[in-house]
Amino acid sequence: MAHAAAHDDHDHKPRGWVRWVNSTNHKDIGTLYLIFAIMAGIIGGFLSIMMRWELAEPGIQIFPGLASMVYGVNGDAALDAGKSMFNAFTTAHALIMIFFMVMPALIGGFANWMVPIMIGAPDMAFPRMNNISFWLLPPAFILLLTSMFVPSAPGAYGVGGGWTIYPPMSTSGQPGPAMDLAILSIHIAGASSILGAINFITTIFNMRAPGMTLHKMPLFAWSVLVTAFLLLLSLPVLAGAITMLLTDRNFGTSFFVPENGGDPILFQHLFWFFGHPEVYILILPGFGIVSHIIATFSRKPVFGYLGMAYAMVAIGAVGFVVWAHHMYTTGISLNAQRYFVFATMVIAVPTGIKIFSWIATMWGGSISFRTPMLWAVGFIFLFTVGGVTGVQLANAGLDRSLQDTYYVVAHFHYVLSLGAVFAIFAGWYYWFPKMTGYMYSPFIARAHFWIMFIGVNLVFFPQHFLGLSGMPRRYIDYPDAFAGWNYVSSVGSYISGISVLIFLYGVFEAFRKKRVAGANPWGEGATTLEWQLPSPPPYHQWEQLPKVK
Amino acid sequence: MEHEKTAAEQKKQKTNLAVAGGCVVFLTAMVGMAYAAVPLYAMFCQVTGYGGTTQRVTQYSNRVLDREITVRFDANTAGVPWEFEPLQRDVTIKLGETKQVAYKATNKFSTPTTGRATFNVQPELAGAYFNKVECFCFTNQTLKAGETVDMPIVFYVDPDILDVPELKNIKTITLSYTMFLADKNKPVAAMENQEGGKAISNTENLGG
Repeated sequence: MAHAAAHDDHDHKPRGWVRWVNSTNHKDIGTLYLIFAIMAGIIGGFLSIMMRWELAEPGIQIFPGLASMVYGVNGDAALDAGKSMFNAFTTAHALIMIFFMVMPALIGGFANWMVPIMIGAPDMAFPRMNNISFWLLPPAFILLLTSMFVPSAPGAYGVGGGWTIYPPMSTSGQPGPAMDLAILSIHIAGASSILGAINFITTIFNMRAPGMTLHKMPLFAWSVLVTAFLLLLSLPVLAGAITMLLTDRNFGTSFFVPENGGDPILFQHLFWFFGHPEVYILILPGFGIVSHIIATFSRKPVFGYLGMAYAMVAIGAVGFVVWAHHMYTTGISLNAQRYFVFATMVIAVPTGIKIFSWIATMWGGSISFRTPMLWAVGFIFLFTVGGVTGVQLANAGLDRSLQDTYYVVAHFHYVLSLGAVFAIFAGWYYWFPKMTGYMYSPFIARAHFWIMFIGVNLVFFPQHFLGLSGMPRRYIDYPDAFAGWNYVSSVGSYISGISVLIFLYGVFEAFRKKRVAGANPWGEGATTLEWQLPSPPPYHQWEQLPKVK
Repeated sequence: MEHEKTAAEQKKQKTNLAVAGGCVVFLTAMVGMAYAAVPLYAMFCQVTGYGGTTQRVTQYSNRVLDREITVRFDANTAGVPWEFEPLQRDVTIKLGETKQVAYKATNKFSTPTTGRATFNVQPELAGAYFNKVECFCFTNQTLKAGETVDMPIVFYVDPDILDVPELKNIKTITLSYTMFLADKNKPVAAMENQEGGKAISNTENLGG
């Protein structure tokens, strides 16, 4: 124990840039992930605001000019390049938000920071692998950004096939190097996530403090465990599928080339076998965070703890057998459609268990609406709206008319852009005092919440109406009939953009004012282990393992 | 990091590596599964007629019903310099009755070329009940310069088709062949300015 005492004096912290670049400390790596996610989120958000700016009015206004500015083309070439630039923006927005914003923030950021502390572990199981996981992300991100500036199809720049990169658009439709760069980027980001997943599984299975059984483990750790398994199961399938794309494009294989006996539909099956679990990967850690916050600010233990944990396991498991509900219109048989409709709707049951358990946690609780609670309640509301439209879209019959319309766009943005992002901000405002030791200004944080809440609802609620009246997604232009709600939607996106600036100012303000938060700013409701440590936690925590009763 | 490891820490490290090793085996298996999906999917299509995949059989049907069905024939080419068409537009046969029809192909090119046909039927569900005993599509076809050949198919429609609720009332099945150039094996990244160029100009009408 002499060692531990000696370490306590000087905290054993490397200095300068070495501390960050060579970091093996889960809290430092978590911080790097969070900073990375904020930067990627700003870039991804910028892309979406440009798209909404273009769509504010019918006709093509800004993208040809943007294309001639960025790519140096003029006249008709600028118009064509502008149109494909819009598609490239759609694709890059999706890939950035999924792989470089939500996943790094929730899994790399919050899970890295909090899971070891919550389960009473000194660090992650493989600290150096944790470092690699993070440092694979910036090169992947740079590859994706580079892909936006190199040719894809003749006269076009950037991957224009959407994040689903279906062949033949992604093989013969985009012969230029942009697609190859994007595939490589997804490969590297995927490798980063898989390494992270292995690290989390090992940490959670093997590094828990004495007495911390799986059934006593905090729900956030449960959510990360389920997420890590989903990653481990689904990402290799994506890696396989995009490797096949890559060899089809460059090495003459014909996995997806019909003239040589391949089948493009196979790619859709492989992609969605990954793609559907991926949306649960994005939302499950959010479920964990929201459970903690609701319990903390209701001053009650979460209602139905075991049900909550196993509901997440059930969502993860059923999530693997519903993939073809993304493919109702590819000619699958009626019986297959019946099955996928049913299986998809089954997911509403465990999800309902979670929603109702959150409400039951609040019921009769001593609720205080401090900032994290606002975000968490906002999350429940918005996620439920997205869930309801999800149950509608699960119907194969209804999907015939709604697929690839703005109704789908509204649906998945309600569950992800509003659901997952609100969970991220909830976690941010919940753990910011713990991570930094400083309290933010509640006024700025609330302003951020209300302006963002109004903004995102203005963006996406009207898109339900647009979708129902038949406006297809992924087009730069639309008939005049859709002008009204598109304008509202665009105004909403500017408001959301402003709310992000308020968020950044709030962070800046908190660091400038340096209001000391204390070990537990949230009171007796905050029961998990991280609140027993000082804020910020020591560089090495739990050198004396906590005993859990 | 520098301090020597205790026995407990070493044991922990060992179990950590065991869990991580399990994960690695698991994910390798998943990559393997992704690739195994390619032959499995082809097999799945063969067995279920998924996507209108027709069946290949060696025996004729053992029963013939009175119900009649019309089989229409369609032909098109992709990248092969051939004239390719069915000799007759349609035939009407009894369910279970074996029929031979032929497609005519002429090589319009000055060198021998090899083609291979892909096929499916509409409605797609009927694929499982469309049985081919012989078909030119089973193998590559090489035609000399200017050569014309008649390429036969021998097929029947399985009477079991009446047991499928969605199919029992259908009157027509369309069999379609697309003849592809078989010896083309060029990677797409090498062929700039072909389909890609067209794809861009095709979208012109969609914009404002």
